[in-house]
Amino acid sequence: MTKRIALFALSATIAMGVAMAAAEAKPFRYSTAQDILGLDPAINNHGPTNAMKSNVYEALVYRSAPGPLEPGLATEWQQVSPTLWKFNLRRGVKFHGGQDFDADDVIFTWKRLSQQTAEMQYTIRSIKDVRKVDSHTIEIETTGPDPTLLANLAYAFIMDEGWTTQNGGERVVAGAQASTFVNLNANGTGPFRVVERVPDTRTVVEPNPNWWGKHEHGITRATFTPIANPATRVAALLSGELDMMYHVPLQDIDRIGQTQGIRVMPGGTARVIFLGFDHRRDEMLDMPGTGKNPLKDLRVRQALYQAINIEAIRRTTMRNSSTPSALMIAPSVEGFAADQNVRAPFDQAAARRLLAEAGYPNGFPLTLNCPNNRYVNDEAICQNVVTMFTQVGIQARLNAMPMPQHVNTAGPTGGYNSSMYMLGWTPATLDAANPLGELLTFNEQTRLGLANNWGRYSNPRVEALTQQILVEPDTTKRRALIREAMTIVRDDVAYIPLHLEPQVFGIRDTVADYQLRALEDVDLRSVKMR
Amino acid sequence: MLAFVVRRLFGAIIVMLSVSAISFTLFNFVGDPVNSMVGQDATMEQRQFIRTQLGLDDPAPLQFVRFVGRAVQGDFGMSYRLGMPVERLIAERLPATLELVFVAAMIALVVAVPLGVYTGLYRHSPLSKVFLTLSLVGVSLPTFLIGILLILIFAVWLGWLPAFGRGQVVKVGWWSTGFLTPQGRAALILPAVTLALFQLTLIMRLIRAEMMEVLRTDYIKFARARGLSNRAVNFGHALKNTLVPVITITGLQIGSLVAFAIVTETVFQWPGMGFLFLQAIQFVDIPVMAAYLVLVAFVFVAINLVVDLLYYAVDPRLRIERSTGAGK
Repeated sequence: MTKRIALFALSATIAMGVAMAAAEAKPFRYSTAQDILGLDPAINNHGPTNAMKSNVYEALVYRSAPGPLEPGLATEWQQVSPTLWKFNLRRGVKFHGGQDFDADDVIFTWKRLSQQTAEMQYTIRSIKDVRKVDSHTIEIETTGPDPTLLANLAYAFIMDEGWTTQNGGERVVAGAQASTFVNLNANGTGPFRVVERVPDTRTVVEPNPNWWGKHEHGITRATFTPIANPATRVAALLSGELDMMYHVPLQDIDRIGQTQGIRVMPGGTARVIFLGFDHRRDEMLDMPGTGKNPLKDLRVRQALYQAINIEAIRRTTMRNSSTPSALMIAPSVEGFAADQNVRAPFDQAAARRLLAEAGYPNGFPLTLNCPNNRYVNDEAICQNVVTMFTQVGIQARLNAMPMPQHVNTAGPTGGYNSSMYMLGWTPATLDAANPLGELLTFNEQTRLGLANNWGRYSNPRVEALTQQILVEPDTTKRRALIREAMTIVRDDVAYIPLHLEPQVFGIRDTVADYQLRALEDVDLRSVKMR
Repeated sequence: MLAFVVRRLFGAIIVMLSVSAISFTLFNFVGDPVNSMVGQDATMEQRQFIRTQLGLDDPAPLQFVRFVGRAVQGDFGMSYRLGMPVERLIAERLPATLELVFVAAMIALVVAVPLGVYTGLYRHSPLSKVFLTLSLVGVSLPTFLIGILLILIFAVWLGWLPAFGRGQVVKVGWWSTGFLTPQGRAALILPAVTLALFQLTLIMRLIRAEMMEVLRTDYIKFARARGLSNRAVNFGHALKNTLVPVITITGLQIGSLVAFAIVTETVFQWPGMGFLFLQAIQFVDIPVMAAYLVLVAFVFVAINLVVDLLYYAVDPRLRIERSTGAGK
């Protein structure tokens, strides 16, 4: 009798084991330093958060890893006139909660995004009106021709009208105003639905079985865990508690790469790290009482540029992981031209000569403001730069601060209080129009550039070109315009571009393949489990 | 006795008010929260709109008065980072920190008291020298390094314990506990040991020094002359008389365990209050920072009060002085 029971138990255990193997559970656990900020698609314009939104929600168009824009909730579109677009919406799509998707949801989302509190407002800024033609056709009218409409729309995530209004989410509440249901819960049409979210601990998603697309990732359940401390993150990957994590600290790349069952995947991003100048003040902050601002002299800016040995920074500080750049846009950005991407050579003799010609043979005092917790090795890069400036006779000193203080000093709220500063920039739309408007324009009338062009660089020709670039529909003509603007900016030494921010992923062999994206985030569709 | 407690509570309020006032003046230097909140593509108008809505343009004294006015009603505002009420966030994170601190304090006491007594009694034994040498490690190595070393040994090399997080937690009412699941208990070990190590060393050395002091006194000699057992002399008379300073230090240390578990919590991604505070600093999440600092001030005041009351329990002289009206 006992024997029989034991036998039964044994066979039951085996059967269970077989059943479990058949289900082939493939959990995917990944991590980065910061948690996502919330789930409301209209706020939280923040890299990892936008990526999580795009796992759960969908926009009319979808941007896959490096490639072109693909159909999302719109199956096809055409530009009827320069300012009028027609979109055919995907039929038979349901939200995770079971609601049907149709034109009303698109119009609702547009209205919701139009509110002043909606950070993601920039995605629909050029839209004048969205009209319903029938239940699955809409027309979008823009205020002027907008060649970046589609690129922007890729981040305008569509919400269900019924679900949002029933849960009191019509009004967009920016960050700290109130706790909102739509920021803590999600109901999208995307390939994954949110199963659990515990802030700062984990966000769990599972594949949406009713998704219109084909699940090719092989993930049965994905758990995102933020781990702030880089050493702990590395340890968790090594101990097998994570399948993938980024950023791998540069000093750990070799070690992780030599560990069995783990590989390192390095890549570039669309983020350009650069140094900016005070182009505006007549008297530089570092030279009170002299009435001089050497940085307004092109020769001085050229000298500072040529004083920087970018190869040395790449080799030592960045451990060969960065890609030096001569342009303010990365190769993954529309408008990039490889033949333009040639840096002025590192030449200390030339730098000294230029400084002497400009009337500063003995240099001048200069403070470089830097963040110390924002970009990969940001403070170390600045330390190098300060030393290099000193070598050509500048009395340079470093002022490194955490990012919030840095922004509050050198940015608009600090009254642009800086002579030179470091910043990094990724255009989310991957289009040159974004940095041209945000970093290379400073216009009190259009309010363009006030938030991010901290050096207040302003060149009428560049701004005129930018206005054209913003509306030029013809790709070839547009690229020529961008090229001209970028040439002026480069010859003007408006900024000193340094390099493209590296991104290094550590991946376990449980993951067969991963497609790196230029935006330093994880799109679960780019994962292939083994 | 009651008057004493009331006076102490009144003092507590003043301490907490000054802590919040000081922290409010410091918030002017941590940066602009709006920049962390809105992302790079927001216009100047959007930024200004949010700043106005949050009242960040108001003068600091007005902001302070508003904060105190709400705080007395139990409303600490909304977290800028997570968009949730601060008091709810803290209530969610408090169990994680308290469980960690409880286990760490237990480890520290349970190990430190016998070790302290042993090294005090047998000063010259080789084993005592080993303990004392090892305890130097606890004092001199920084917490984050100990944490990383433990992770390296027990998570990466041996694979016995998790490297981060709290494991599986169970909700008991609003309290989330890690004690009830195997993963939860396993996850507690490394951070608790990390946090306990410094306290352990401190208490052990303190007890050792006090023991050595007390053992030299006359009443211990008399006790021995009376022929009392070693156990009665060492624990009943000697150890008991070392306890006043030990309680003071342990109490204050528990306060700092709660307040400064920040480093341990960050190393282990432990979802407690210290970790919340550190994230708040990076994001300029002012409501969370303010509430946390006030709470920490409260914890210290409360622990001091408890410690004072414990003195009465262990030291009869204090009771006599009070009852005769001495000692003011």
